[in-house]
Amino acid sequence: MKEKVSEKFLLIISFSAIVSLLLITIFIFAQGFPLIFKAGLKNFFSTHWAPTKGHFGIVSMIIGSLFVTLGALIVGVPLGLACAVFLAEFSPPTIQKVLKPIIELLAGIPSVVYGFIGIVILVPLVRNLFGGSGFSVLTSALVLGIMILPTIVSISYDSLVAVPQTYREGSYALGATKWQTVLMVLFPSARSGIIAAIILGMGRAIGETMAVIMIAGNALKIPHSILDPVRTITSTIALELGYSSGDHRLALFACGSILFIIIIILNIIAIRIGNRE
Amino acid sequence: MTFRIGPRTSQIIAYTFLLACTIIVIAILLFIIGFIFKNGFGKLSWNFLTENTKAMGKEGGIFPSIIGTLLVTFVAIIIAAPLGIGSALYLTEYTKGGWIRRIISFGADCLAGVPSIIFGLFGFIFFVITLKLGWSILSGGLTLAVMILPTIIRTSEEAIKAVPRAYREISYSLGVGKIDTIIRIVLPTAFPGIATGIILGIGRAVSETAAVIFTAGSSLNIPTSLLSSTRTLAVHFYILAREGISMPNAYGTATVLIIIILLINFIAYRLMHRFIARYY
Repeated sequence: MKEKVSEKFLLIISFSAIVSLLLITIFIFAQGFPLIFKAGLKNFFSTHWAPTKGHFGIVSMIIGSLFVTLGALIVGVPLGLACAVFLAEFSPPTIQKVLKPIIELLAGIPSVVYGFIGIVILVPLVRNLFGGSGFSVLTSALVLGIMILPTIVSISYDSLVAVPQTYREGSYALGATKWQTVLMVLFPSARSGIIAAIILGMGRAIGETMAVIMIAGNALKIPHSILDPVRTITSTIALELGYSSGDHRLALFACGSILFIIIIILNIIAIRIGNRE
Repeated sequence: MTFRIGPRTSQIIAYTFLLACTIIVIAILLFIIGFIFKNGFGKLSWNFLTENTKAMGKEGGIFPSIIGTLLVTFVAIIIAAPLGIGSALYLTEYTKGGWIRRIISFGADCLAGVPSIIFGLFGFIFFVITLKLGWSILSGGLTLAVMILPTIIRTSEEAIKAVPRAYREISYSLGVGKIDTIIRIVLPTAFPGIATGIILGIGRAVSETAAVIFTAGSSLNIPTSLLSSTRTLAVHFYILAREGISMPNAYGTATVLIIIILLINFIAYRLMHRFIARYY
């Protein structure tokens, strides 16, 4: 009896995560989707955003999010992957033991601190070096690139370490150098883990809000160069939610719905790729 | 004629490149921490920590935000820890694969990837508006609880999995039932690992901004109940920095935040390592 009750109790508890996920989906979609249909897809997928006047075009923000995310990947993926390879293959265990928690510490630093460092250091730097206001796609890409490092380093490190030792030995026995082994044996074997790392990093970059608000400039237009200011889906939500009401608020939930769909798709891809290993 | 780099040369070039990248990453981290400390450490004083905030943060200390952070984080942990540990127990002790396990894992994995602004939107519409909790410590704590749930599930799961099979079998052989074995043997043995998960959850809660600013609000009053609005340290720092209210106070607040995060990571790391040394 006691066993049965406790098992059922734990079973119910264990559904908390999936139930939360469902609640999030239902509540955000229930706010956002009716507005998308009421305003019409044509209105919603235009570039004119004036939500208090009935214009709900989010295309410039979607493009903004994509630019910033792509930039973050260009900065973060090579750096993160290099770091993971160095840790997993080229450094002795003692150094790995010191460096891994240090890199994980990067994940613990609050995103507002990254945004702040962006404002006080990178924005003036970009302004002085390249001109413009400094609040730009470039600045955001640099900061987000750093922010996604821990995700990319840890997951690719784990998948590199998981490659069986015999693969390496086989390759060395054929006379390959360490670097050749990394390129031709380890990368292909750890491919799915590395791809999952990049996709999860992408999800973090798209979803990041506070840091981006502080450094992206938030101008509502499609950027024409990497020095132009940019506004992402997330910054629009955070900037306007506080004072919005009526359809305007619903429109922000519509933005949230689109963001949520993108994130869930990325997550599912990452989970499926990760599970294949 | 093609120029070919020999395998040894390319090995040396690659090694240098990888080393340089790693040094850059470490340097960035040290720079961020060093820069905040250099500008903010001088601001730290007993008064800064214990005085009320005056003139929207231009003057005075950060006491209300410290209280706000503590309370919101406390609510989040009180709710997320039992749910997370319970989920982990069910996953490790009761399921042997199958669709239930897949669904629970999928929920945890997906939730882990959801960005904080989505939690903010959800908390705002669900806790603040639908459940009528308003901008409050409770709404903020509940929202954060949902956010840190996957961290606690995953870490506890690893910790419980690491408890040797033999411990359970000895307990069963003495005639102890499954749930009593879990409570008396498995949980205490896995405790350091579970604690690591909770501490990492605290870390996420403390450093969060987007999910709390729309659920706990940004009031600077000392809270009188769980339904009072409050402002956490991260939110306070965000407002100080973004609205340019006071740079010295922004640096001071950031220093406090970074110190908390460093402590949390250090404790989590130590706990985990002691645990790993014992059971892996």
